[in-house]
Amino acid sequence: MPQIAQLLDTWSSQVFWTLVFFGITFFLIGRGMVPKVMETVGLRDKQISDDLAGAQAARDAADEQEEAWRERENANRAQAQALIAEAKAKAAAASEKKLAAAQKRLDTKLEKAEAEIDAARTNAMAEIEDVALEATQDIVSRLAGTKIDKRSARSAVKKALANV
Amino acid sequence: MAAEEGKVDPMKQFQVEPLFGSESWEIAGFNIAFTNSALWMAITVVLIWGFVFVGMKRELVPGRWQMAVESFTGFIDDMLEANIGKEGRKYVPYVFSLFMFILFANLLGLVPVGIIPSVHAYTFTSHFTVTGVLAAISFSIVLIVGFWKHGIKFFTLFVPHGTPVVMIPAIFVIELFSFLIRPFSLALRLFVAMMAGHVLLKVLSSFVIDGMNGGIGTSLLVATPSFVLMIAISALEILVAGIQAYVFALLTSLYINDAEHLH
Repeated sequence: MPQIAQLLDTWSSQVFWTLVFFGITFFLIGRGMVPKVMETVGLRDKQISDDLAGAQAARDAADEQEEAWRERENANRAQAQALIAEAKAKAAAASEKKLAAAQKRLDTKLEKAEAEIDAARTNAMAEIEDVALEATQDIVSRLAGTKIDKRSARSAVKKALANV
Repeated sequence: MAAEEGKVDPMKQFQVEPLFGSESWEIAGFNIAFTNSALWMAITVVLIWGFVFVGMKRELVPGRWQMAVESFTGFIDDMLEANIGKEGRKYVPYVFSLFMFILFANLLGLVPVGIIPSVHAYTFTSHFTVTGVLAAISFSIVLIVGFWKHGIKFFTLFVPHGTPVVMIPAIFVIELFSFLIRPFSLALRLFVAMMAGHVLLKVLSSFVIDGMNGGIGTSLLVATPSFVLMIAISALEILVAGIQAYVFALLTSLYINDAEHLH
């Protein structure tokens, strides 16, 4: 086994060159290059996480804006609804007023007409009474040859007309 | 390798040989010959550097290669965060280096460069001198972090919560031993796993060569099944290469967790 057979001759050379070459590996590669490689990895990881955070922030902002838009939209819609309702109410009130005015006009016309009819009827009645009075006086003078005064004739006429 | 001689020495692949006439290089009396082992360490470092460098384009949208490098660093980062927590991040450079060094070494040892004459793959993680150094570094980090953060209280690591007072001395000794054995188990596990796989492959390859040399009968009866088994075990070895690198890194992170948080 050369490892043991040559131990005395070679151990110092083996130890020396191991130290030299492992030392080169450690100082040149381990200390010199590995931190740079890891720094690159760290930078990349940072960039990725930053990008992800940025994307998340952008999405949050978009959500916020959408929410604001929705709110505004809802408000606008409610406003429009209110406007429509108001217009409707106004129109309804206006037409009601117009209707009421028309009704009133009609009512007064009707009343007037009724009053006129009443008056006409009273006049007609009075004329009928007068005619009946004269007729009664005439009839009585012709038949009985007596004149009756206006008063008794009127009361008789009234009596008879009350049954009409 | 030894095919010309008609037999395979399964241990020869672990032989350490000085290259470029460097066998007499010394520092303060210690031999530091530039061996085949050191050469493969150098190749490993260059390959890891190339792998990470091509993946270091630092683009926002990564290409395949950058993705591959980032998945390795992310894998180590996740493992440390799962085992240690937020404090684990500062150990990523160390554990990443450890994991990649062992992984590339293990995998390089399996690359069939042997088909090129006089080039031999060499797995330096199959030497406990090498794995021992790596384990010692990990263990030192545990000790330094532990005593740095907790001072003398670090010793409470060896007394689990709710231990009856009379049991404390015994438990303390047992826990201390299990703690002190960690670097050895760490080093031996990797070394043994790598060595065993390579020895097995070489033994099977000697069956293939000897079986084919023995004639038609042994070719069918011995060489062919051995060859099929070699293919299967090579696949298994690739898995083991990854698993051993992972286990080394995972245990290191668990031990560091002990040092960071005691219990």
